[in-house]
Amino acid sequence: MNTKHIIGGGIAAVIVVAGAAYALTWRSEMAAVARPAPETIDPSVVEKGARLAAVGNCIACHTVHGGEAFAGGLGVPTPFGTIYSTNITPDEATGIGNWSLEAFARALREGVDREGHHLYPAFPYDHYTLVSDDDTEALYAYLMTRQPVEAVAPDNDLVFPLGFRPMIAGWKMLFFEEGRYTAASDQSEEWNRGAYLAEGLAHCGACHTPRNVLGARITDEHWSGGSSEGWTAYPINQASPAPIPWDAEAIAFYLRRGWHPEHGVSRGPMAEVTGNLGRLPDEDIAALGVYTASVMGAPDAERQANADRLREAIATGRGSGQAADTMTQPDVAGADEDRGAAIFASACATCHESGRPQPYGGLDFRLSTAVHADNPQNIVNVTLFGLPPADGEASAVMPAYRGVLSDADMVALLNYMRARHTDLPAWDGLAEMVGATRSGEHHVAIRPADGIERAPGNLGAEEQSWRQN
Amino acid sequence: MSDLSTLTRRGFLGAAGGGLLVGFAMSGHAWAQSEEAQTYDASAELPGSLPDDPRLDSWIRIDPEGGITVLTGKAELGQGIMTALIMVAAEELGVDPAGIAILTADTGETPNEGYTAASHSMEESGMAIRHAAAHVRLLLLEEAARQTGTSISELAIEGSAVRGPGGTVGFGPLAAALDLAVPARPDVPLRAPADRSIYGSDVPRVSIPWIVTGAEYYVQDLRPEGMAHARVVRPPSAGARLISVGASGVDSMPGVIGVHRDGNFLAVVAEQEFQAVSAMRALQDAAEWEESETLPEQSRIYDWLRGNVTETGTVAEQGTGELPSGERTLRATFNRPYMLHGSIGPSAAVAEMQGDRLVVHSHTQGVYPDRDAIAEMLGMPQDKVRVIHVPGAGCYGHNGADDAAADAALIARAFPGRPIRLSWMREQEHGWEPYGPAMTMDIAGAVGPDGRISHWNYDLWSCAHTTRPGGAAHLLPATLLADPVEFDLPDLKIIPPGLGDRNAVPLYTIPNKRILFHFVKQMPIRTSALRGLGAYGNVFALESFMDELAILAETDPVTFRLRHLDDPRAVAVVEKVAAEFNWTSDPLPANVGRGFAFARYKNMAAYLAMALELQVEPETGRVKVGRVHAAVDSGAAVSLDGIRNQTEGGIVQSLSWTLFEEVIFDRKATTSIDWSSYPILRFESVPDEIAVHVIDRPEERFLGTGEAAQGPTAAAIGNAIRDAVGIRMTDLPLTREKVMAALDARRAS
Amino acid sequence: MATELTVNGKPVAAETHPETPLLYVLRDELGLNGAKYGCGLGQCGACTVMVDGEAVLSCVMPLMTVAGREVLTVEGLGTADDPGPMQRAFIAEQAAQCGYCIPGMMMRAQAVLSANPQADEAELREALQFNLCRCGTQIRILRAIRRARDEFARRAKAETGEGDAL
Repeated sequence: MNTKHIIGGGIAAVIVVAGAAYALTWRSEMAAVARPAPETIDPSVVEKGARLAAVGNCIACHTVHGGEAFAGGLGVPTPFGTIYSTNITPDEATGIGNWSLEAFARALREGVDREGHHLYPAFPYDHYTLVSDDDTEALYAYLMTRQPVEAVAPDNDLVFPLGFRPMIAGWKMLFFEEGRYTAASDQSEEWNRGAYLAEGLAHCGACHTPRNVLGARITDEHWSGGSSEGWTAYPINQASPAPIPWDAEAIAFYLRRGWHPEHGVSRGPMAEVTGNLGRLPDEDIAALGVYTASVMGAPDAERQANADRLREAIATGRGSGQAADTMTQPDVAGADEDRGAAIFASACATCHESGRPQPYGGLDFRLSTAVHADNPQNIVNVTLFGLPPADGEASAVMPAYRGVLSDADMVALLNYMRARHTDLPAWDGLAEMVGATRSGEHHVAIRPADGIERAPGNLGAEEQSWRQN
Repeated sequence: MSDLSTLTRRGFLGAAGGGLLVGFAMSGHAWAQSEEAQTYDASAELPGSLPDDPRLDSWIRIDPEGGITVLTGKAELGQGIMTALIMVAAEELGVDPAGIAILTADTGETPNEGYTAASHSMEESGMAIRHAAAHVRLLLLEEAARQTGTSISELAIEGSAVRGPGGTVGFGPLAAALDLAVPARPDVPLRAPADRSIYGSDVPRVSIPWIVTGAEYYVQDLRPEGMAHARVVRPPSAGARLISVGASGVDSMPGVIGVHRDGNFLAVVAEQEFQAVSAMRALQDAAEWEESETLPEQSRIYDWLRGNVTETGTVAEQGTGELPSGERTLRATFNRPYMLHGSIGPSAAVAEMQGDRLVVHSHTQGVYPDRDAIAEMLGMPQDKVRVIHVPGAGCYGHNGADDAAADAALIARAFPGRPIRLSWMREQEHGWEPYGPAMTMDIAGAVGPDGRISHWNYDLWSCAHTTRPGGAAHLLPATLLADPVEFDLPDLKIIPPGLGDRNAVPLYTIPNKRILFHFVKQMPIRTSALRGLGAYGNVFALESFMDELAILAETDPVTFRLRHLDDPRAVAVVEKVAAEFNWTSDPLPANVGRGFAFARYKNMAAYLAMALELQVEPETGRVKVGRVHAAVDSGAAVSLDGIRNQTEGGIVQSLSWTLFEEVIFDRKATTSIDWSSYPILRFESVPDEIAVHVIDRPEERFLGTGEAAQGPTAAAIGNAIRDAVGIRMTDLPLTREKVMAALDARRAS
Repeated sequence: MATELTVNGKPVAAETHPETPLLYVLRDELGLNGAKYGCGLGQCGACTVMVDGEAVLSCVMPLMTVAGREVLTVEGLGTADDPGPMQRAFIAEQAAQCGYCIPGMMMRAQAVLSANPQADEAELREALQFNLCRCGTQIRILRAIRRARDEFARRAKAETGEGDAL
């Protein structure tokens, strides 16, 4: 065989492989249609779609704070760069107004847009693929009856070469399993409804499951904990670190209201989730509670005993007298723990030991998952950035301590809180985490509590680049 | 001798500092004065507050150096009254406002003008000072004429002196030769509008430079020598009884001077402020109370009001109260919840008992009534108690100020010989201030074939809208003592300016109307005057209903209102704002609406019409107000900027009330005890633009303006929402949940 | 043992107990009236001051955490005889009614403009979310801050020949 043949064969092989790759990645364009007239759409289907959209939390990613609903443009930070959500209003030029139901369904459940481009899995179609045909149609009806807005999202800002969309096809081949939800025959209807919602539209695992280096969920570690926009999403399986274990009722209460007396308030991206779920019918919320509780499993005897002891300790009440006590301690320049104790007494106890009930009283830290978790990122976030006030909505408000506490003081305080409220070992790497979070190196999304059913602005460590538009 | 009684009696000087006042050029023209003898017509009435205090030197004093001091029984609440009254005096005297100092409400120094409330300050104090100043000017000129041997027509006022062909004599020597302890005359000539140069000019407020540089200005800033700090421990709920105060270790806490208990009244005093706060918390933990459920169910509060009527009064009646059949008729029910004053600075007071004399510095709106009530509570003679007004944070009515003064007085009596500053905590202000009362109203109306309203029936249910101290029976601390005063529940009172029924009578010309006030005497939740009193709820209801009738009559809302207004000044504000706003019926983008409202506050005070544009976001129920225009007629406009400031402020505050606010309570106590649980408007919800157009009527008397915007703003918002998304909101506050629920309901039907 | 810090450019040795919130130290020990008690819970912003250039709620800041740091209050922006640009702007716009919230607003504004001298309306509104005004003076407050912003920019240009630094 001479060189020419080898080269020729090589070129042919490349063409074949490229052709195959192209064939595999290529998806057809679906014809643009006229936007369906809103009057022709059954209002009860729209209503159903509204509820489903609340579960899917579409509005949170597809809306920029202060901007128009569903018009896109929110920068979602990922390890690979920033992806901007698209305009899903029924605007025909810049939104999805000229998408047919088929095109919408394909996007929702296969991650391919009308023109045939693969969508980045920041849009969680790996969850939405479970959504039934009826529900897809309802979502379509809902979106098609929204206010059309002319808006073009900024270009994605991704690490090279991830901007090249056909590569997503490869990712899908490795990690994406397309297909509708199939009911588990050995489980109740309510459980199945909960599973369908949680694993599908609610896409809990998108945050609560760890991901590999390529950004795909590690399905073997389902609900073992993950992260979202700089926050830790706690394990919501048997590894849940909550001092008082969750049960179905507690979960339902929390999802409905955004707080629970024994767990605190939802914050960060979870605040948007509970804000949206607040409008769901009781059956759906209860179903989510049932399913989630079953994944968490019943607590073992030791955990239950600890919980009972904790409940009793809290019920016998401890108000803010403790704050006053520490005023009599003369030496505050002493050991780190003393300093942490003094800071706590002075800066935290007024709210956190007031005995005032949730959601407006500061959480008693003996109940705090954030203080009990292995990863202290959330307690660092909240201490640095607080819980910004809502505008016109009752909400838990906490001041930011970013300007108040130096890194050293914050570490002393958090170490003290860990030691005082738990029996767990001290956190590792706390100082580095505090420094990186404060500087913005570890980017955190801070959301005010109002408009939690839409995507408010980021008041955190770093300005989001969308502002430069 | 403590410094306290000499504190702040320096007076507030009109001179706010070099170069800050607009340069003021006096024209120096002679006062055109009739040569005829001025006859004293004793039958004519003295205006404003003069009848109660007719002596000139109660209002105007001139010292030997010619320095002028104005005295007023009114208090500076942030409404700019000090500056406005200085301007009034300066205008009549013919001097530079910068040369006038002002002394405000002090039972030891100033006239008794009751409360600084009801937007009466300009009408009462302004008219009195205007009149007194004019009279003093006349006396100065007469004396100068006598001293220089000339006639008044040859004299002119320049600076603080009178100049004429015979020489110049300063105010000081002139005043020294005069006796200003004479009664004012009702017929003294006043400066004609054409001769005015100060009214309507931009005189900057005297207090703002102090506010922005941290000067000692608020009651919270007072730090007399030897002052100690106090905090009270309030009961956990209304009617709770203090069983015991356990071992709290409070007495050995740093800086603690002592604890004072009297029945259910509990307080602690310490050297430093935060020591007092910490001690209060310890005391709070150690206190054991017996509580009971004394409050109605919040979710059924309007039913409760309707079911507990004590007495029904007729506010207005004309023609028949029976609605005809066969015409276009409409009925609606409107609700207004309990609301907070929500002063940004919780109430505070400084008190000192020196021997048998008590001096209290307080931001109460009424130093005399509060003094009388405190004296009664303590069993002291009134002339041994002095209450001096010092500004606090904005109060917007009867907030905790009077009670805090009483708290401070009780503590001062228990710890005599040093000044005590008592401040409420945020939770205490939210929990214990008297609230704006809940109201529920039914309206029924009919429109005739001529497109005019033929019948109007209005039924209002509410408690008393004022329980200001008129005695110790209205002081919260007095009701907590071991020998308590029983809280006095007011009876129904129907008076022209109205209370709960304020503005329940539409200004519109309607042949048949019947307006009834179903008064509820019981007051499980303590209520009192909140800016506008009943006007907020009544104007919201009636102006919303006007729009519905306009729709029934197929008429534009502005045209419909004009059809029923006979008062030309009312017509003027309506037309003015419609023009400025560019009120049309042109289509607006989806979910955007425009709304209009009009009211004459109390049907006696300022006229105000407004128009606004807003957007409703159906996905979230959020209401975002865009541009707002208001037209105001306050009679003779003294401080234009003051009128604008108060109107803008009233609009923004009412916007917050209307969209967000309601007190939350369970069967025992208020649970909305801080800003997280009683949210008020933040910057994000501030309208894009507010333009206030003042119609100046120099010939007319001053009209109170500070409360004129509350009701119309609420109605304009309700009307704009109706225009934007076709839903009529009747249940205040117009929260996002309610907007979404209304939208859902409409879609379902 | 005293806590050493700098307040409005001057060194201070504060004697108050180190666990006392800075607000009370400023008001009661140092006699500075600007920062106000509004809630003590970090919800209203009336106590806002600047520490090391950042806006802080002094009611939740224990004195011990301010040791060695620089505090700036309204009193440090200028005096009645010689008001600074921010104060002059508020006076010129008559941006106050009761005035209780105003020093907090001014310090928040000062902090925002220090970090972002070209802050626009939206950015100003967002930054001021932490400060409440009950009298409804917000529109004037915004006007005053814009006025101060423009004045700072003018001065910066005059001094350096370029834009920016406060």
